Amino acid sequence: MNDMRLLQRTQGMNDIKIQANGVDVFYADNHAIKDVSVEIEDKTVTAFIGPSGCGKSTFLRCLNRMNDTIDICKVTGDILLDGEDIYDPKVDPVQLRAKVGMVFQKPNPFPKSIYDNVAYGPRIHGLAKNKAELDEIIEKSLRRGAIWDEVKDRLKQPGTGLSGGQQQRLCIARAIATEPEVLLMDEPCSALDPIATAQVEELIDELKQNYSVVIVTHSMQQAARVSQKTAFFHLGSLVEYGETGKIFTNPEDSRTESYITGRIG
Amino acid sequence: MIDPHIASAFDRDLETIQAMLMKMGGLVETAILEGAEALEHRDLDKAEKVRSGDKAIDRLEEQVNEEATRVIALRAPTASDLRTVMTVIKISANLERCGDYAKNMAKRTTVLAETPPVGSASVSIRKLAREVQLMLKDALDSYIQRDADLAMQVIERDEDVDQIYNALFRELLTHMMEDPRNITPCMHLHFVAKNCERMGDHVTSIAEQVVYLVTGSMPDDGRNKQDATPYMTDEGL
Ligand SMILES: Nc1ncnc2c1ncn2[C@@H]1O[C@H](COP(=O)(O)OP(=O)(O)O)[C@@H](O)[C@H]1O
Ligand SMILES: [Mg+2]
Repeated sequence: MNDMRLLQRTQGMNDIKIQANGVDVFYADNHAIKDVSVEIEDKTVTAFIGPSGCGKSTFLRCLNRMNDTIDICKVTGDILLDGEDIYDPKVDPVQLRAKVGMVFQKPNPFPKSIYDNVAYGPRIHGLAKNKAELDEIIEKSLRRGAIWDEVKDRLKQPGTGLSGGQQQRLCIARAIATEPEVLLMDEPCSALDPIATAQVEELIDELKQNYSVVIVTHSMQQAARVSQKTAFFHLGSLVEYGETGKIFTNPEDSRTESYITGRIG
Repeated sequence: MIDPHIASAFDRDLETIQAMLMKMGGLVETAILEGAEALEHRDLDKAEKVRSGDKAIDRLEEQVNEEATRVIALRAPTASDLRTVMTVIKISANLERCGDYAKNMAKRTTVLAETPPVGSASVSIRKLAREVQLMLKDALDSYIQRDADLAMQVIERDEDVDQIYNALFRELLTHMMEDPRNITPCMHLHFVAKNCERMGDHVTSIAEQVVYLVTGSMPDDGRNKQDATPYMTDEGL
């Protein structure tokens, strides 16, 4: 059992899911991301850590072109999903966001029933031919979101009536419903209590069997707990990227060391 | 790391544990030196002082472990902080063992004081103990200064200790073959010498911990053991 885990840890030979090459992001003349290159693995949880304002959310939003919605935002460089440029004019951002789903800091269920929250994506993307198929997708997504048992008897009730932790898992189920390949999570637990946080972390750990998960977190302990790879950002640059165990026991860069040990660097 | 923590209490916690460890180290150094002096000069008062002094060393080890456990539970240390806490725990265990060996040396001194001296063995043992104590001093200095080079030198010096021990082993064997009345004191002296040799190993382990603390990885074990005694016979002595 332990040997197996060791093997998993040391192998680290997952395929590259997302490859970013020389990415720069500007908000008007604010240079928010500076020449970032990184390879994000499939079936792996990758954590982005760093002080507030260092560009974690900005970079995360580049990965599914969420920044397109911000007028003053300009992204340069290449971002490849399975080797294909996601900023290619031929790519439909709505389709891309179905493949690269996103979960936000504050759980944001639509003011609709639990069922309709999860059905929303599959409906616009036409993933179900009939009601039975849709029901199946809903159940599967809610199960993967580790919330099925808690809501299966109240699917017609509003999603907003759930507790914060349940809402967040509902949002994760909603993101999963479109069969994404990558899940982006921006501080998904920062509005949750420790129990709900533990449940979401457990879910993230399960999700990595099927998805590439990228999580922005301001909790270093959370990054240490859930991720296999950690990227440390500082002032818009990617300072260090590597195996989480290594980053938290023996980081290469003194800026990483100062940040994770809570020092005035 | 020179930068202080944002939470200054964290710095105080780490400093407190390391201060306890250094205090422990100082007590062990003294125990080794005084143990060897007591043996050479058949000084039973000094031997008794070493024996009773071991309790303080044991207590410090417990305190170091308690403090380290507390820091792990409350502060979840990472990176060099984590290595500091881990090495503190290991080094205190090494020091505690050294304290036990010094105490054992003192116990045997009370028996040896009753028997006739055997050659210059106790002088050689004092030299051996002195070498181990100096290694320990440097190992502790290398810890405080986070000096991996000095720690590597300490690791290399363990070979000298092994060689002195090998020579003593031969010498004691010779005395025992010359006169069976020497057997009792020689057996005790051999245990004392062996204790010193083991202390050298613990000091080496401390120095290895320093290398790990500073560099993040253990030094290569390039050194081949110099203990030839497992293969020694009385032929050709
Ligand atoms: N929508 C936006 N419009 C303008 N500037 C922004 C916007 N979002 C982020 N920024 C700026 O980009 C930089 C990085 O911010 P952000 O990516 O939110 O950092 P983080 O997520 O690491 O806290 C900051 O200087 C921030 O002010
Ligand atoms: Mg952010």
